[in-house]
Amino acid sequence: MPPTGAAEADVHVELSGVCKQFGAVRALDDVSLVIRRGQVHALVGENGAGKSTLGRIVAGALSPDSGELFVGGERVQFRSPREALRHGIAAVSQEAAIVPGFSAVENVMLGGEAQTVGIVRRRELRRRFAELTETAGFSIPPDKPGAAMSPAEQQKVEILRALTRNAELLILDEPTAALGAGEKRQLHEIVRSLVAAGKTVILVSHFLAEVLQLADTVTVMRDGRLIRTSPAAVESEQSLIQAMLGRSLDATFPDKQPPARDAPVVMSVRELSGQGVHRVSVEVRAGEIVGLAGLVGAGRTEFARIAFAADPRTSGEVVIDGRRARRLSPRGSLAAGLALLPESRKDDGLIFTRSVAQNVSIASLPRFARFGVLDFRAERRAAEDAMRRSTVSGRPAAGVGTLSGGNQQKALFARIILRSPRVVIVDEPTRGVDVGSKRAIYEMLIEFAALGGGVLLISSDVEEILGLAHRVLVMRAGRVVRELEGEEITESAVLTAAFEYEPDGRGEAA
Amino acid sequence: MSNQELPPAAAAQRRLPALELATLGRFAARGRRNGIVVAFVVLFIVLAFSSSAFATKTNLLNILDQQASTLIIAAAATLVLVAGNIDLSMGSVYVLAGVVAAQVAQSTSSTLAILIGILVGLGIGAVNGVIVTVLRINSLIATLAMSFVVAGLGSLVTSGNLIILLGHPGFGDLAGTVVLGVKSSVWITLAFVLIMGLLLTRTVVGHYMSAAGGNAPAARLAGVPVRLVQMLTFTLLGGAAALGGVIDDSRVLSAQASSDFGQTLTFTVIAGVVIGGTSILGGAGSVWRTFFGVLFIALIGNGYALLGLDPLYQQITLGGLMLLAVALDAWATRSTR
Ligand SMILES: Nc1ncnc2c1ncn2[C@@H]1O[C@H](COP(=O)(O)OP(=O)(O)OP(=O)(O)O)[C@@H](O)[C@H]1O
Ligand SMILES: [Mg+2]
Repeated sequence: MPPTGAAEADVHVELSGVCKQFGAVRALDDVSLVIRRGQVHALVGENGAGKSTLGRIVAGALSPDSGELFVGGERVQFRSPREALRHGIAAVSQEAAIVPGFSAVENVMLGGEAQTVGIVRRRELRRRFAELTETAGFSIPPDKPGAAMSPAEQQKVEILRALTRNAELLILDEPTAALGAGEKRQLHEIVRSLVAAGKTVILVSHFLAEVLQLADTVTVMRDGRLIRTSPAAVESEQSLIQAMLGRSLDATFPDKQPPARDAPVVMSVRELSGQGVHRVSVEVRAGEIVGLAGLVGAGRTEFARIAFAADPRTSGEVVIDGRRARRLSPRGSLAAGLALLPESRKDDGLIFTRSVAQNVSIASLPRFARFGVLDFRAERRAAEDAMRRSTVSGRPAAGVGTLSGGNQQKALFARIILRSPRVVIVDEPTRGVDVGSKRAIYEMLIEFAALGGGVLLISSDVEEILGLAHRVLVMRAGRVVRELEGEEITESAVLTAAFEYEPDGRGEAA
Repeated sequence: MSNQELPPAAAAQRRLPALELATLGRFAARGRRNGIVVAFVVLFIVLAFSSSAFATKTNLLNILDQQASTLIIAAAATLVLVAGNIDLSMGSVYVLAGVVAAQVAQSTSSTLAILIGILVGLGIGAVNGVIVTVLRINSLIATLAMSFVVAGLGSLVTSGNLIILLGHPGFGDLAGTVVLGVKSSVWITLAFVLIMGLLLTRTVVGHYMSAAGGNAPAARLAGVPVRLVQMLTFTLLGGAAALGGVIDDSRVLSAQASSDFGQTLTFTVIAGVVIGGTSILGGAGSVWRTFFGVLFIALIGNGYALLGLDPLYQQITLGGLMLLAVALDAWATRSTR
């Protein structure tokens, strides 16, 4: 357990008057902060508040425009993450750098092998790996190939990799954003064991409960400024929200508006099968939000991609508004009125070489063209309007990579809004999104349904499912194992179905 | 009974992030943006002051006439690169289309011969496109292989001979008709470059190209017909290479399969595109900057000739400049930290 006498713990890192400007955006404005050794120091704030920027400055990935950085009392000016690493500081990026063909051992030791004069000594590596996992207090199967690792395992690799390089301070930027409930708990354990081993952790997270559980100290940021730093013990979710948003949020979830009794079915998926998905049938009615719950790896994302025709199906069909898509492709699905918000915004969502506005309009371009020639102004206006409606904050003409993580997610929402489909499948829609914007996204989903659309909501956040869905399907091992409606929708019912379903041996011979 | 295990890799595989940072493309764009224009203008002024023969209408039009085929091909090649591929067969297609057109012209009308030459190019480009997008073979390898096949076909057509077009005045009209004091080769070039530029920036298809090259899986999920669009870029480049081939036939009134120019053309074009700041990673680039990139290389050559410098150093200079372009790019990436 961390030493709690905050006053006695010595200073590990100190920032003094740090400013960072990106074009017209003041990402950090005169931030001064003390991070004590052996503590979990959490950073919370809205999307774009400057949390990642601060983390990247400490990790040497960005240089501040002005202000000073001290490590262990010594003034430092990092010119690269490597230099920061030499001072024992490592960032564990959310998007782990994993070599698919390498085993866990090789991935962890990646780049550290140089000492062995170019020859990688396998047995030596294994021994060091064993030692490392021993001291770290967690492990991964050493032979597991990178390609087969879950996001949580990838993150473990990153953390272990940082530890091999003698990192004393680890920066975890939204480490649990992509994790399921079980994996989240594992990561919390990891953070605790890191601190127990005397490491310092900077934790960026939008899960306030997680922050209050793990952190010793919490710093709240807003618009690049530091609002306050206080011991986690004196904060509550409400007090943090108040400080982050500058206003309170009465409830996380808006009221549910159930669909009309006689609402027509807008999406009907019949006996859909494919890689990792076995005969899944789902019906969504107009105005209905159907939750698709389950553990990470239960086949929900696979189902979504197959239904959207992004991945091949072996059997089954998807009918939107009574019609089947003319062609089995994402393009065909979109034309039929089905849209997908993909799980990974970085891999499957955003086009980083293009601007925010272009990313928003890309799925609807033909609408702004005559004979294939674009009407720029119409395109731009519509994109900006969609951005506004999905509360994206950022310049439309800027590269989409300049948006903060949460705003990138909202930009993908804007893309869907602009396309105005009949049915939307949203896969982890609030990943990396701050509490205030979460609420905005929930309102968008509810409004979309209220206007007669159908929503299939995939989420690993059970509360989100409980708070939004009119009906819940629970998936496990590629099958729908339970359907819950109305009063039946409770956390324990969802979790029980997700965990405890016993396969009854029904053959899936198809 | 089939209590089969789920393949656990399936889910994880897709989530695997690329090793390269997304930030790379983001910053690089800004630094590259106008470097080539500045460099071009500076070189232009330097040459204008150091040689009185340089800034004359004749010399400048001459450069454009000589660079017609390179400019045309580079304009189309920009689209292929932006859409995330590369084509190494353009030099061979240029040669093949040239000799096919010349050969056909021996027995029919020049117009028909020119059309057939261009059709051959479009056809090979389409084949390239199918190989890359449908058969999913890496474009570098596919078009490298194709370049050998096409070069071989060229030698087959000519049996190694030089084909003379002197007796076919209609062929010469393609490049040599003077309109408003400027040769048609130059007019065709300007029109083609303009069309490619507008295609990339102003049309749905052009934006699809950029999206496909920027992040193909994401573009596909956004409804972009990625394969079709990439196929189109290859086809256009095939056609452009052929157009370049027949224009040069028309300029020199002969064609041969073993042309040195054809051999180095592919690399000159890629050099021009890259110096013009188009990302070889795909997703970002511009046709008009390619235009300046190619002309910049041409000016260096022209400058060496006018100033009487040893042409041996010309290639070294070119190579150095390419490295510089890439280095500036990397430097710009870092300086925005
Ligand atoms: N490379 C960049 N170029 C331009 N602007 C940037 C860049 N990186 C960050 N910004 C801007 O700086 C601000 C702070 O971004 P930062 O990523 O630090 O936010 P954050 O607090 O981590 O948000 P989130 O919770 O959404 O991840 C945002 O307005 C963002 O758009
Ligand atoms: Mg962030």
